[in-house]
Amino acid sequence: MHIVYPAVVSALLFSIGVYGVLARRNTILVLMSVELMLNAVNLNLVAFDVWLGDVLHSGQVLTLFVIVIAAAEVGVGLAIVLALFRNRQTVDIDHLRDLAEPEDDLSQMPAQAVAPVDANARGGDLEAVAAFRARGPADPGPPGAASATPAEPRPRSADNQPSPAPEDGPAVDGPAVDNPAERGDGRRVKRGGTS
Amino acid sequence: MTEAVPSYLSPTGQEIIFLLLGAVAVGSALLVVTTRQLVHAALWLVLTFGALAGCYLVLTAEFVAWVQVLIYVGAVVVLLLFGIMLTRAPIGRSTDLDSRNKVTAAVVALATAAILVTVVIDGFRMAYSPLKPGAGAARELGASVFSTWVLPFEALSVLLLAALIGAIVLSRTDITGGSRTGSSSDPGSRGSGNSSGPPGGEAADGTSRMDRGH
Repeated sequence: MHIVYPAVVSALLFSIGVYGVLARRNTILVLMSVELMLNAVNLNLVAFDVWLGDVLHSGQVLTLFVIVIAAAEVGVGLAIVLALFRNRQTVDIDHLRDLAEPEDDLSQMPAQAVAPVDANARGGDLEAVAAFRARGPADPGPPGAASATPAEPRPRSADNQPSPAPEDGPAVDGPAVDNPAERGDGRRVKRGGTS
Repeated sequence: MTEAVPSYLSPTGQEIIFLLLGAVAVGSALLVVTTRQLVHAALWLVLTFGALAGCYLVLTAEFVAWVQVLIYVGAVVVLLLFGIMLTRAPIGRSTDLDSRNKVTAAVVALATAAILVTVVIDGFRMAYSPLKPGAGAARELGASVFSTWVLPFEALSVLLLAALIGAIVLSRTDITGGSRTGSSSDPGSRGSGNSSGPPGGEAADGTSRMDRGH
């Protein structure tokens, strides 16, 4: 057996897995593509174990270990996906942008993507940011400058209309209230009123 | 392995069978990542894993082949199908399975395939090894696992236990951790976790939360 054959098959399978991970939106399909990549690695391990004729069978034993780890990974991954679905009612990766940079949100979103669905999703982002800030006991920095800047561009895109009110948001309600919880709630009420 | 390499133009029967199985595996893997129906993707994945098990059999790795059939086809795909059903995925044809960066992903995948295939062909053109049956039987592999690889094997069992407990903790809702009680001071975040919004959406949930803010 030429070793090139399994090596090429495994390289093709790995590339297909890469395409699936990058191009799919459903989280379960992404998990399937990860499985494809792991299987490509397994085929490589078995082929090179046969080629080298290892007396310890390290390639095949490592294949068994990879299979076990893949099973554990799928179990934990599906638990995460189900928890995600319970909390968000979606498993769409493109909609899970809580940790994305806000500048990238504004510059890379095409115009048709800033639809009402996305605007509401960004409202949920603001909610999450406010909740996180209210929960955190240690709020670094001064109240106005450091904490309000990451959430600042979001309401403008959520409004989808020119509104000058959130421009000076941190300057208005920053020094007014001291408690972080009240500050988060106050901004949420205010921005909800402007929209 | 460095002796005279047989010609590529006269493949043996093993190589022909391996190439056919590899073609089945690659083709069904392509269908996994391009099909429009979620359930069909899982079923094509079964065919991919089965063809790969056949590849392992041709490569004389019998035990790995049966483990592949048992764990991948038997457990992983069933788990993925459960995941598809529990996330209430549409059974029929759905149009939004592909992301917007499909072209970029195709370019990256083609570049990866080109680089890997070129390097592999260039590096292992002369690699040849006759297949000896029995090298991957359960007897040899078991002796190897339980003599040389005992410590990784035990560590792996601990990892499996940790993954099991982690999956249980993640999927049960009645386990209250420290973060839950910490966040219960905020009514908004508390309600967002348990609010029974309509299954369609984030959108309705977000607006109801905005209204609660008033």
